[in-house]
Amino acid sequence: MAYKVCIIRAPGTNCDRETAMCVESQGLEAEVVHVKRLMEGEIRFSDYDGLIIPGGFSFGDHVRAGALLGKILKERFGDELAQFSSDGKPILGICNGFQVLVECGLLPGNTAQSALTTNLSSRFECRWVDLSVETSRCIFTDGLSGSIRLPVAHGEGRFLVTAGELKELTNTGQVVFKYAQKNGGSAGGSYPENPNGSIDDIAGICNKEGNVFGLMPHPERAFYRFLHPRWTKSDESESFGDGYKIFNNMAEYIMR
Amino acid sequence: MKWEVRISYKKGVQDSEGESTLSGLKTLGFNNVDNVSAAKVYLIEGNLTHGDVEEMCRRLLANPVSQDYSISEVK
Repeated sequence: MAYKVCIIRAPGTNCDRETAMCVESQGLEAEVVHVKRLMEGEIRFSDYDGLIIPGGFSFGDHVRAGALLGKILKERFGDELAQFSSDGKPILGICNGFQVLVECGLLPGNTAQSALTTNLSSRFECRWVDLSVETSRCIFTDGLSGSIRLPVAHGEGRFLVTAGELKELTNTGQVVFKYAQKNGGSAGGSYPENPNGSIDDIAGICNKEGNVFGLMPHPERAFYRFLHPRWTKSDESESFGDGYKIFNNMAEYIMR
Repeated sequence: MKWEVRISYKKGVQDSEGESTLSGLKTLGFNNVDNVSAAKVYLIEGNLTHGDVEEMCRRLLANPVSQDYSISEVK
């Protein structure tokens, strides 16, 4: 029996198809599910082995980015999702999906209260960024180290927590990616390396167990080597880009 | 002087932010909600008369086809 990954879409989601393609390339079955079908009880989270909330602008980013879908998931499916997560099944939130995971409380997944708010630049930042891979317990980044490049495309990506909570996230190995300089060195909060003003340059975090992961950059947009603007200058023996490993790890984790 | 400018949609113009907020609230169980309208509020400070702020609304802040504006002084 094939393993199935649920990819949730809502009105305004726009990265569901390419995300499904990345999942399917790893030998998993991907099903794009409209949140309405979940609300009507047609399908249940427990039918799936993994969950992805893809990028886009769910419910038009109204109220706050990710707020409407996040609160619907929290209030209507909170118990099911908590069970899904505590069963150790992987949950990935990309960009708007990260905002949704934060709004519904699956991230950071401890007492910390975080938010993804308007970029300090007041602009929609759509470009490639350098990221440093932090030592974390995230199952999606196994085997990744040093620095990688992924594209961002968001207006509300500034990750905020209190100083105390930041310490907690750091100590528990929940900080997964940080915006960095080209050589992998710390961005030190400076623009444009840190595109949104995130505290401590944080670009992605996971829960304490490492199976729930949210990030602002788009790994599905860096799945193949040739998706990078300078792909002709990269190693020809490599077919994949820096986003590949995240989907590959998810598949290997599910099929372990 | 500090002015509050409120920009809202004219009657009959689709307010998609209000609509999706309404459906979100209903989904969360607030069944007594009949309608939600979204509006935008600007707080504008400076040595400005009511007339100055009204001109801002006409020339930039409000689209006369789809939006209404109201101006009040913040004490």
